Amino acid sequence: MNNFSYTKVHTIGEAVKQVSGDVMAQFVAGGTNLIDLMKYQVMNPDALVDLNTIADFHDIQEREDGGLRLGALVSNNDTAYHALIQERYPLLSRTILAGATGQIRNMATNGGNLLQRTRCYYFYDTDTPCNKREPGTGCSAIGGYNRIMAILGESQDCIAVFPSDMCIALAALEAVVNISGPNGDRSLPFADFHRLPGDKPELDNNLRHGEVIISLDLPAMGFAQNYSYLKLRDRNSYAFALVSVATGLELEGNTIKKARIALGGVSHKPWRVPEAEDFLINKKANADNFGQAADIILKGATGYGYNDFKIDLAKRAIIRNGLMALNPAETQLPGAVPN
Amino acid sequence: MRTSKLDLWHNCYKTTLYYRKNKANHFLKQNMLTENAPVLPKTKRSFDTQKVTLTVNGKPRVLNILPWVSLLDALREYIGLTGTKKGCDHGQCGACTVLCDGKRVLSCLSLAVMNEYVEITTIEGIASSDDELHPLQKAFIEHDAFQCGYCTPGQICSAIGMMQEAKPKTRAEVADLMSGNLCRCGANVYIMDAIMAEMGS
Repeated sequence: MNNFSYTKVHTIGEAVKQVSGDVMAQFVAGGTNLIDLMKYQVMNPDALVDLNTIADFHDIQEREDGGLRLGALVSNNDTAYHALIQERYPLLSRTILAGATGQIRNMATNGGNLLQRTRCYYFYDTDTPCNKREPGTGCSAIGGYNRIMAILGESQDCIAVFPSDMCIALAALEAVVNISGPNGDRSLPFADFHRLPGDKPELDNNLRHGEVIISLDLPAMGFAQNYSYLKLRDRNSYAFALVSVATGLELEGNTIKKARIALGGVSHKPWRVPEAEDFLINKKANADNFGQAADIILKGATGYGYNDFKIDLAKRAIIRNGLMALNPAETQLPGAVPN
Repeated sequence: MRTSKLDLWHNCYKTTLYYRKNKANHFLKQNMLTENAPVLPKTKRSFDTQKVTLTVNGKPRVLNILPWVSLLDALREYIGLTGTKKGCDHGQCGACTVLCDGKRVLSCLSLAVMNEYVEITTIEGIASSDDELHPLQKAFIEHDAFQCGYCTPGQICSAIGMMQEAKPKTRAEVADLMSGNLCRCGANVYIMDAIMAEMGS
């Protein structure tokens, strides 16, 4: 690890002031990803500003519109096991518990989950070129071993994927990200928070330097009746998704009235295609219709050799998870393991 | 677009060589902190030790440490509580698991300075007295739940935390919730037995 200074802050204003005034400074909350990246010398901040001592943003509150506000400093586990989340947003609870381990989920915060970096092997290996780690050096994954890399929305400069499980549910639920920064507060719809790599893969999201996530708003609609999260990976626990699918359905009998489908493990951001969700409206919830929706979602998907299998896998996962959502009581096994 | 193994190797080799050559300069520029201090005002670069009070197993411990000392290193190297083990030091093996305010966390991925107002419990502090082991420690002995023992402190702290945070009912659920603790000896089956027995009692 490089040398750095460390400061505790007690208000969000103080934190923003400290970091926005110093380009080499970073916020730290859970630290599970940042401190690991610092040990690998992938990230080398000069100053860490600790948000944990801020009194606010440590709780989950009800909102007037029937939704919930999740404080950015609430841990992932406290969120997943929260009674209101389990009752009204079981999809969110499932995705959180499908990720990482008990220890990491106790440390990692809701705000930090959105800001975790890719687990691309080349991003972590400081002996290889990587446009995300050091812009302009090139992408080792294209033409390299790219089994875990993106098939959608990638660019010629970067084919890394965003690793979060929780964010796949937040995308499906259309959460809103509340941000505080040097120029005041602002909110971003979840779909606009993360970005595609384009020619600036060093930027994972649209947060500017010195801005900090303070809370996440969940809309009232939680898809608590018909939901499913399917995570396909190399082992059944503590591995990142090769492909994951979060599905939420609103049904009348067997007819779909509203559908949300978000994919993880396939792109630089949680992948949603509203066109496919619109296609499912007033259709029967069956394998054929989910298959057609999958074709719309995966339109333009590109394999890079070792990850070609993901295109087919994603299609089958979308169909299977759609059918699993019809009966969540029986299909949702520990760790989002396929039944 | 599948490339042959040889092509792949050649490609990596070429780019890596090119990269290493160019990187030397970049690395020097980035890392000469001590000699090129004027990059930022001096006040921001005071990498002095900080006085930190950690509450470990109920006792306050006053340390003078640098910001980048992990909680794990503080426990082992500064306080002398070597029951907590360093395995991977990257949050992958769970050997360093301790309880912070009753919750299981990885002490290798936390900085000691971040844990000032936290009640830390290590394997040395889980038993209620010096004469009697914690029930889970007894269960581990009874079920032969270790061979080399290196992962055991982490396994036990993790299991204690798990039982408090989740209410697992099945063995499959427990296996999923304990996946953050690796045992290279392969004693996992007996570890699960010990935990299931303790949960049942």
